[in-house]
Amino acid sequence: MDERQPQARMIKALLARPLPAAILAIALLGITAYAVSHFPRSIVAFMLFQASILFLYFAAMPSWLKGLLTAGTLGVLMPVVGSINGYYLEIAIQVGIFVALALGLNIVVGLAGLLDLGYVAFFAVGAYTWAIFGSPQANQIFGGDAFPLPPAWFFLFLLLGVGVAAGAGILLGLPVLRLHGDYLAIVTLGFGEVIRVLANNLDKPINFTNGPKGITPISRPPIFFEPVLRAVGVDPNPNVVYPLYLYFLVLLIVGVTILVNRRVEDSHVGRAWEAIREDQTAAQAMGVPLVRMKLMAFACGASFAGAVGVLFSAKQVFINPESFTFMESIGVLAMVILGGMGSIPGAILGATVVTVLNLQVLKGLSLWLNELRNAGVTIFGWSLANLPTQLEPAKYERMVFGLILVLMMVFRPQGILPVQRRHRELHDGAALPER
Amino acid sequence: MDFELLIGIFPQVFLDGLILGFMYALIALGYTMVYGVLEFINFAHSEIFVVGAFVGVEILLTFQAAGLLALVSPFLVLLVVLLLGMLASGLLAVTVERVAYRPLRGAPRLIPLISAIGVSFFLQDAVRLVESVWRNAFNLVYPTMDTLNIRFSLTETIDVSVKSLVVIVASLLMLWGLHALVNRTKIGTAMRAVAEDQAAASLMGISVNRIISLTFLIGGAMGGAAGVLFGVQYSLINPYTGFIPGLKAFTAAVLGGIGNIPGAMVGGLVLGLLEAFAASYLSLLTGGAFGAEYKDIFAFSVLILILIFRPKGLLGEVVRERA
Amino acid sequence: MRTVRFRYLPVALAALALVLPVTSLTDAQSKGTIKIATQSPLSGGQAALGEGIKLATQLAIEKLKGPIEKLGFKVELVPFDDQAKPDVGVANAANILADKDILLVVGHLNSGVAIPSSEKYKEAQLAMISPANTNPTITDRNYLNVSRVCGRDDVQGVVGAEFAKTTLKAKSAYVIHDKTAYGQGVAEFFKADAEKKGIKVLGFEGTEEKSNFDPIITPIKAKNPDLIYFGGIYDQAAPFFKQAREKGIKSQFMGPDGMDSTDLVKIGGKSVVGMHYSTVAGPVEKYLAAKAFKTEYKDKFKKDPEPFAAQAYDSAAIGLKAIEAAIKASGGKVPSREQVAVAVRKTKHTGLTGTVEFDEKGDPKKALYFVLQVASDDPTKWGDNKEVKRLSIAAPPLKKKP
Repeated sequence: MDERQPQARMIKALLARPLPAAILAIALLGITAYAVSHFPRSIVAFMLFQASILFLYFAAMPSWLKGLLTAGTLGVLMPVVGSINGYYLEIAIQVGIFVALALGLNIVVGLAGLLDLGYVAFFAVGAYTWAIFGSPQANQIFGGDAFPLPPAWFFLFLLLGVGVAAGAGILLGLPVLRLHGDYLAIVTLGFGEVIRVLANNLDKPINFTNGPKGITPISRPPIFFEPVLRAVGVDPNPNVVYPLYLYFLVLLIVGVTILVNRRVEDSHVGRAWEAIREDQTAAQAMGVPLVRMKLMAFACGASFAGAVGVLFSAKQVFINPESFTFMESIGVLAMVILGGMGSIPGAILGATVVTVLNLQVLKGLSLWLNELRNAGVTIFGWSLANLPTQLEPAKYERMVFGLILVLMMVFRPQGILPVQRRHRELHDGAALPER
Repeated sequence: MDFELLIGIFPQVFLDGLILGFMYALIALGYTMVYGVLEFINFAHSEIFVVGAFVGVEILLTFQAAGLLALVSPFLVLLVVLLLGMLASGLLAVTVERVAYRPLRGAPRLIPLISAIGVSFFLQDAVRLVESVWRNAFNLVYPTMDTLNIRFSLTETIDVSVKSLVVIVASLLMLWGLHALVNRTKIGTAMRAVAEDQAAASLMGISVNRIISLTFLIGGAMGGAAGVLFGVQYSLINPYTGFIPGLKAFTAAVLGGIGNIPGAMVGGLVLGLLEAFAASYLSLLTGGAFGAEYKDIFAFSVLILILIFRPKGLLGEVVRERA
Repeated sequence: MRTVRFRYLPVALAALALVLPVTSLTDAQSKGTIKIATQSPLSGGQAALGEGIKLATQLAIEKLKGPIEKLGFKVELVPFDDQAKPDVGVANAANILADKDILLVVGHLNSGVAIPSSEKYKEAQLAMISPANTNPTITDRNYLNVSRVCGRDDVQGVVGAEFAKTTLKAKSAYVIHDKTAYGQGVAEFFKADAEKKGIKVLGFEGTEEKSNFDPIITPIKAKNPDLIYFGGIYDQAAPFFKQAREKGIKSQFMGPDGMDSTDLVKIGGKSVVGMHYSTVAGPVEKYLAAKAFKTEYKDKFKKDPEPFAAQAYDSAAIGLKAIEAAIKASGGKVPSREQVAVAVRKTKHTGLTGTVEFDEKGDPKKALYFVLQVASDDPTKWGDNKEVKRLSIAAPPLKKKP
């Protein structure tokens, strides 16, 4: 409906030209980053910063410039903003973790059309893989005191997590291949619950997971670049270094995930998945090997979750089964669908929006209301300080989240950034938006 | 191993499993009816169930405060509460459908699912908000009605309470009624027609929207009845109570063959019995190495096994691929 | 309709954008504000307990902020909802660290959230006082900034077993727990100590079930133990006890301080009358302060305090005392977070749950444990519960790393 208004059309036309768009994007990023540094506690400033990153994505400009700007923003600007306010870095890390999860689930649900309600199980498998061997926990299994493994093993386990989770994916996939739609959904749900209950119960007869008490302390990756930091005169204080370090690790994993996703999507495997999603019988008739392709979808989707799981356990230092409930699976699914099923930018944006909404906007809103109350603000002559505790805003964040989910689905059911298939077909893949 | 003990508790465990199974079956009906017509998992059904339970407890507490509970026959009270709970849940289900699902008709199947999840989150805390303001508490307890707690001893070790019998009888009546409604009445025929092919049904003069609303009304009412019976049987409810039974009932519906009313009942009973036996016997059979905490794993493993051999559930139709 | 929707959206957003930074600005300017954060689940299934922690802290701040206000500072509460989820707790922790005015955290309810979140607090040596986390790991990490006022799993289970043996003269027991770090922890220590004392443990079961306990009760009935010990919280234990009595189980019931709520009798009714529970909060007739707390809490919030509310009140009281001392030590200026953390450890405080003095790793040096007996099925008479036994037990010393 913007098209009806002449100004809107003018702005749109202007932004379609590379130069003004690029200048505007740089200006926006600069201004908002400055705003964040000036008002480090203002959630709105940080949201504007996030919005300008989004603008960068939509702005029409040559892909090399866009890539450069994105790299600059995520690689330099975000860490700087994050070191001003560590909370933003924490949000960025969690956004990264959920982006990788959403991208993995996007393969299973979005591309291959297999509804998976227990996806978080693979995340748990990855997390426990490193948690058990990267902490003294493994001594309970093997005896002796050879564990925890040296922190450098973390990088090996990042790969191992991929492998183990992919194995779990195949393990789940094998028995359920004959199932369709909701039957598959319920089996994956069951699988997710089985993994969580196992994690919660395998503290006897042999103590694998330490049950509900969880595993701690889990080793973090070594700061192998410490000499470099010292050489350039930076204080290698782990409290400062680790958040940034983890941020870059997440960024790396997300980068690899996106790369793999895009390669796979356009490969014959990706086409086969989409064929299965659209019409399984027709796909089979055209010679798509159903069994192998479905297994691959499960394994591929699971492997990303395994990798981030390893990272997650190192980041948290402590894990227990509470992190891997059914609601987490549902949360990731909501991200994929909110963003636009089957769309890589959609999954990224969906994960970002949900995480930011949950950890930042809703929290910010209730903190703000709390501040108003503490300051004794009155509305229509009625002091907010008299607000009964039953109406405490912090208590209704989930309710607001539910409302937003419904509204989103009702008013934009295709998701925020739906797949641009027609677009791609018309332009032979060349005009795919870069990120 | 103590065989005398193992055999001795068998009938009691069977009875417990049966009661739990009927409870699951009643909730599963809500999932299965909506699924049968719309092919969509109404994730918010567990909250519709909870609202029924809350309406029930509110009415009972009002009765109790007015001193009516001691005067009127408990079965009459229960009937009133049951009907009002059903009405409330049914109307809520219809409203939810109008607001959150109807605009999404024709969208890809996962879209209404997410909307339903949103409704579920919303309703959980909305119930809590209302109860916190109204009663300043949201863990509510069903008032004890002595008549319902009377127990008959069948043998020395086995006994059954009146309220358990009420649960079984009420469930059976409702399941039978629903089955009759769907298979023997005009409305039921219309429902099946809509389930088969919405476009064709509407060409035949069936108001598709009205039938879908009706489906939600009946499914919701069943959920509400289950909520009230759940409260009577297990006494404590809170806004989040519905989640686990909802999940189990959904599993039961799939186990029996989703979209199929006798299937929901069979699935519910199988799941209820499985759970009861797993919880009672696992610890005894393994000498304490595995215990009741594994009952869900056991139930889900059996579910997976059954689905491998019968991919459309126990009573599911033969695979019919939709073009 | 569509145009209306979109026309007003930017206006609303602009209004929000204008307001939000303004309040953030004002709080940055007023340097005389000291904030105390709570982190507990305020939504979801455990909200009742989490709210108790928040409300008790709120009450403590209102009652006890006087001395700090006299020194010229405003004291404010900032409640956070950790949703009982570790990732949310950690994000909140980062948010708390970013607000330099926050000098103390009272929380959490779940050890699973407290442990990763306190790793964050440690980065800034922000003091956290836990009212409810009984997991030994919390203090065994030996962090300067992490303390707790509650007992440890490994102690309360022992109190229960001691009581079961000497007072109840139980010969056999059946142990149930809720598969959480708290419930299972207490139950395991109860079991271990009971076996050591010669009580025969007939069964040890964990369950996440909240409503239907029939299948667990049946084998218990067949085995007929003298005592059933439930490691968990009242909202699960009370329905269990009620269903167990209804099914004709005659055994004695016992539990840890998770039972200490009027809701236990509200839910359990007659079936829990006469049962025993161990607790760190003294009976009200002995502790007038506790009685006053219960009345004030009820007057203000129109409901009875939940388990851990009294501990939260004490945590906040200790925190306020420590902040006051830290302000004085830094010459009337806002103290650093580390100064507060150090001051917390030095604080000795007699509160609702007895006298708290921290040992080197942050456990209360000596905690008093009471065993109480439920007196009546009338919730208003919860205060009449009789003290049956009193034990003073020191927290186990820090295990030296091999």
